[in-house]
Amino acid sequence: MDYITIDGKSVPIEGEKNILSLIRKAGIDLPTFCYHSELSVYGACRMCMVEDERGRILASCSEQPRPGMVIRTNTRKIQKYRKLIVELLLASHCRDCTTCTKNGSCELQKIAFKVGIHAVRFLNNRKQVPIDISSPSIVRDPNKCILCGDCVRTCAEIQGVGALDFAHRGSNMQVQPAFDKPLNETDCVGCGQCRVACPTGAISIRTNVTDVWDAIMDPNVRVVAQIAPAVRVAIGDQFGFPKGTNTMGKIVAAMRLMGFDKIYDTNFGADLTIIEESKELAERLQKNENLPLFTSCCPGWVKYCETKYPEFAGNISTCRSPQGMFSAVIKDYFAKADEEEGKKTFVVSVMPCTAKKGEILRPDNFTDGRQDTDRVITSVELIRMIRQAGIKFDEIDSEALDMPFGMASGAAAIFGVTGGVTEAVLRHLSADKGYKALSQIEYSGVRGNDDIKETSIMLGEREVKIAVVHGLANAGKLLESIKAGEAQYDFVEVMACKRGCIVGGGQPLPVGPRTKKARAKGIYSVDRESQIRFATDNPVIGHVFEEVINGKEHKLLHRNLH
Amino acid sequence: MLKNRQDLIDARNQAKAKMEQEKFRILICAGTGCLAGGSAKIYDKMCQLVKDAGLDVDVEFGAGAAHGPNGECPSHSASAGNVKKSGCHGFCEMGPLVRIEPSNLLYIKVKEEDCEEIFHTTILKGEPVERLLYERDGVKYKAQEEIPFYAKQTRLVLKNCGHIDSEHISEYLAVDGYSALEKVLFEMKPEDVVDEILESNLRGRGGGGFQTGYKWKQVARQAETTRYVVCNGDEGDPGAFMDRSIMEGDPHKMIEGMLIAAYATGAQEGYIYVRAEYPLAISRLKIAIEQAEEAGLLGDNILGTDFSFKLHINRGAGAFVCGEGSALTASIEGERGMPRTKPPRTVEQGLFGKPTVLNNVETYANVPMIITNGAEWFKGIGTEGSPGTKAFAVTGSINNTGLIEVPMGTTLREIVYEIGGGIKNGKEFKAVQIGGPSGGCLIGDHLDVALDFDSLKKMGAMIGSGGLVIMDEDTCMVEVARFFMNFTQNESCGKCIPCREGTKRMLEILEDIVAGRGTLEQLDILKELGEAITDTALCGLGKSAALPVLSTLRLFRDEYVEHVVDKKCRTGNCQALKTYVIDPEKCKGCSKCARNCPVGAISGVIKNPYTIDGTKCIKCGACESACPFGAITIQ
Amino acid sequence: MLDKSFYDKADEIIANYGTEPKWLIPIIQDVQTEYRYLPPELLTYIAGKLNITEAKAYSVATFYENFSFEQKGKYVIKVCDGTACHVRKSTTILDQLYKELKLEKGQHTTPDMLFTVETVSCLGACGLAPVLTVNDEVHAAMTPEKVTALIKELRGEN
Repeated sequence: MDYITIDGKSVPIEGEKNILSLIRKAGIDLPTFCYHSELSVYGACRMCMVEDERGRILASCSEQPRPGMVIRTNTRKIQKYRKLIVELLLASHCRDCTTCTKNGSCELQKIAFKVGIHAVRFLNNRKQVPIDISSPSIVRDPNKCILCGDCVRTCAEIQGVGALDFAHRGSNMQVQPAFDKPLNETDCVGCGQCRVACPTGAISIRTNVTDVWDAIMDPNVRVVAQIAPAVRVAIGDQFGFPKGTNTMGKIVAAMRLMGFDKIYDTNFGADLTIIEESKELAERLQKNENLPLFTSCCPGWVKYCETKYPEFAGNISTCRSPQGMFSAVIKDYFAKADEEEGKKTFVVSVMPCTAKKGEILRPDNFTDGRQDTDRVITSVELIRMIRQAGIKFDEIDSEALDMPFGMASGAAAIFGVTGGVTEAVLRHLSADKGYKALSQIEYSGVRGNDDIKETSIMLGEREVKIAVVHGLANAGKLLESIKAGEAQYDFVEVMACKRGCIVGGGQPLPVGPRTKKARAKGIYSVDRESQIRFATDNPVIGHVFEEVINGKEHKLLHRNLH
Repeated sequence: MLKNRQDLIDARNQAKAKMEQEKFRILICAGTGCLAGGSAKIYDKMCQLVKDAGLDVDVEFGAGAAHGPNGECPSHSASAGNVKKSGCHGFCEMGPLVRIEPSNLLYIKVKEEDCEEIFHTTILKGEPVERLLYERDGVKYKAQEEIPFYAKQTRLVLKNCGHIDSEHISEYLAVDGYSALEKVLFEMKPEDVVDEILESNLRGRGGGGFQTGYKWKQVARQAETTRYVVCNGDEGDPGAFMDRSIMEGDPHKMIEGMLIAAYATGAQEGYIYVRAEYPLAISRLKIAIEQAEEAGLLGDNILGTDFSFKLHINRGAGAFVCGEGSALTASIEGERGMPRTKPPRTVEQGLFGKPTVLNNVETYANVPMIITNGAEWFKGIGTEGSPGTKAFAVTGSINNTGLIEVPMGTTLREIVYEIGGGIKNGKEFKAVQIGGPSGGCLIGDHLDVALDFDSLKKMGAMIGSGGLVIMDEDTCMVEVARFFMNFTQNESCGKCIPCREGTKRMLEILEDIVAGRGTLEQLDILKELGEAITDTALCGLGKSAALPVLSTLRLFRDEYVEHVVDKKCRTGNCQALKTYVIDPEKCKGCSKCARNCPVGAISGVIKNPYTIDGTKCIKCGACESACPFGAITIQ
Repeated sequence: MLDKSFYDKADEIIANYGTEPKWLIPIIQDVQTEYRYLPPELLTYIAGKLNITEAKAYSVATFYENFSFEQKGKYVIKVCDGTACHVRKSTTILDQLYKELKLEKGQHTTPDMLFTVETVSCLGACGLAPVLTVNDEVHAAMTPEKVTALIKELRGEN
């Protein structure tokens, strides 16, 4: 085995592409702004510099490890340089940390404290520019941008969208859409992955917390909440629970304390989706038209397909997303009571996703011209509300969801990870509902983190070809290969965010590899521990179809495509 | 179309024979400098005169020749003489230049009105026009080669510049052009070519001084077989125009060098990246490529061999940073010209991610003669570590502004005083800025150091692409440092933090200093920032961005201290540090100054001496130019 | 939306090169040569044809100094502020131009669309410093007086 010496310690080279990975493996947390293992190496922040035995300064993110190399990460010279670089960044940065949404989770703040900056010797004379609040999903504050390019590379390389890029050069450089247009007028899909990558408060979630508080405080408003599957495994670690812990009971208890009137599970909506979408697939297979059927759960994907590949828009399932179906059902369910009590039902969905904020504004998600979901708040916003309410999340006792929509299958829970929708649909379509069949589906290739996963099942005589893809750049590749005739599928599940909703644009940060893994594990254990593994086994579903939906499938569960 | 080796030899002999038949040759410099001085009109006039006299003159030579912006003289069958537009002679200070062969007379500062006399006296009677000859210290020089400016030079790369018409490939063939290509194609294996260049120790003329042969060797041994040869003609250093002159005056030499590089490294395609500010170079290169393609020297199966090579031209779009290798390749790819981190290096993953040979114009122009004369010959010129010659553009406060070529190891004194003719207006030499905004300063102490890659590095400067800006006693070094920092800051791509934010802060401090707002503490911050940028910036340009400041801080610290402590600029260059005073002896009390002062800082009583209120004065100098008695001076 | 002729011209220019992304810069250079500025609508149009995002095309176009989204004057005057010209007082040339053309600081084009004044880092004509170019034609050894005369001459042509 080859070794390199880092600060006097011998470290084995085990296929690492750069010295930085070795340094981190050696237990040294070298600060960086622009390095992300999933993105191309940019090498601009220079924070990861190290000194070699000849006194040369190298950027460890781009330097390949060579056996026998001797490097030091913490010489006096490097300490000084690192500090000066952060000072230079701070000098052109708004320093109103106390009022910044990123306060406490800001990388710049953290690193500035780490390298020990006590004063900035330069004047902040950066030209202030307006904040872009045009998007319903994210807010862009260019004044807080440190030009690391993480968002630009995420948007282009991972999502294949390219709504943001650098403009101008030198000290006039900015990150912005073409011609500095409002984000809303670009191809931005609202996935919020730029916000996940952003080390500062330059890109943040467009928050709706105030509106929700207003609704809660209004006695004439019935505030009904639905909580998405990926939320329950992402909130706990912010309150001291191990990463990936399912804290649904505490979330329910906290929300009741805040004053939500009814708290339901979006998984119920997912069960509706499983049934409706499977039905649609069966119909299309029978007619052999509009194949492949693309899933419609993910609004980032839907917008991506409509703007970049409009020729495939007709292949997207006409089903609303679980959020959309469920809100329509809730509104319908309370319509009579509202009338009797003189109240207004206000649906708040708690989502891991920023694009969902855009989805609810789409007219095709309205019922008879009525917006079904009134507000979407992300996990991050819910955490903020819990803190605002002073709730000791770790101390309160868990509580159960409200009925009748508080019950759902484990198949619905796994909607929060890539492959989950497919696995749930496969379970539904499978004639065999035994344990062995479940296990077979689990290992059919739908789980895991490969960019594009493929599997197939036999439905009667027909082999149904299935693909699962996550990350929009991967979706683009898949569409290109379908266009080129190189690939052919009957059913394709797409999630805009890599690994699925658990790493959605509205989830708390940071999300390192361990967090991602723990959240996925948390989701799968919700399914495993569930009494109900099949959507149709949800005892409430049948009742709701009969009593509530009752022939209004098209109106309530499908998109209004006229 | 030359189909084989013999065709090339025949074409060359034909071109030579034709040139030898000529009784005279009038070469009118058509470099950017002389064109601006009106040389196109001189060319037209000369053509007219020759034609009117009924002389059998050939102006067109070689088929498919492109036409100059002002058209060409009419063509005749056999030639008694030739009127040609040549490339830059380098003696730009004296332009427009006209050279007459075979007598090798060089006429300077020629005007259209002079053409008739030149024609009648020199062409028809064979006598020189004395008044148009170069004169120095009472001596009139008849032969161009004897003029001290030229006599002290060793013009190898620039040999043909000014002597041939670059718009006709036959002219290049007549001076043994493409014989090095012929040699490599028919007598050498690619690895022999790499070895020869490696053996010659040719070092890149673009700045870094990296071994050319080593680069080629690395490209040649990559597993990837699609490879590129790229020529960096993005000569952005203000005050440098060596590469422009080669591209304008002898483009085929550079193209031949690129062809040899392609053959040696197995590349199939090449790109020449030229600054957009060089329209003439671009048009001459286009003509040269077209003619080489027509002649079969570019394209598929060159001279009947297996070797094929295609060449493209890319125009720059206004970004100095594109002179940096990875920024240049990014620009060719249609991207922002932002340098990328290395590794992987350009030789491994350069243009379009393929192995790429990237050299500058002058480096390629050195290649054919190394192949023709051998590595040993080349090593006999220059110094041991830096063989060969170097072209320099000498500008600033010097008598002979222009383009020169000297062996490596020549001293600054020889360049400034012997070739350059000394400092303008008899002023005192103060410093020379070498290598442009990426370089450093040399001062009087350095006048006798032999200049080469290594000696300059030791002095904290670098050869850069070869711009030498001479500065005299009237130049404020702090203002020069500010000027360069302003340039670099403007041209910073903005990618890495030290360069983007650091140069901005350095510029702010320098602006404070020249405006009289500087502090001693700021001098320390300047040094701190400069050292950090040098060590931590991403690319070569960033790493050298602070050099002019660091080197002036080291060599002229007293001037900086004067600016910040005494609030004085000894040269009077820094406007804000000027103090205007009225000499009461000279002032007649006419009130003209007071009436011209835009801020009402001058007051007094008519017919009595006036005074300037220093607190109100904005140092615009309006009073100074208004005073009819010269009573207002700067202190 | 521009007149159709603009898009036809863009198609013609694209046809000269191809639709690979590497041709973006040459194509928009030719467009700029044609119209003396780069119409933003055409940049978007060309980006679509080359299958690159609009943000990317904008990113490239704003990186290079030569591209301008604003229409330029009939005469584009570029004043060289390279080292040699600077040492020989090119600043006074620029000042004189601004004075003659009554341009404010930060303003580059005269309201009558006759003149645009820019600075350029080096034209490589250092021997003739200070120099400026009018639509690429070099004017050597400029003085404030020569600037006045030049502007008068150019105005006279109209």
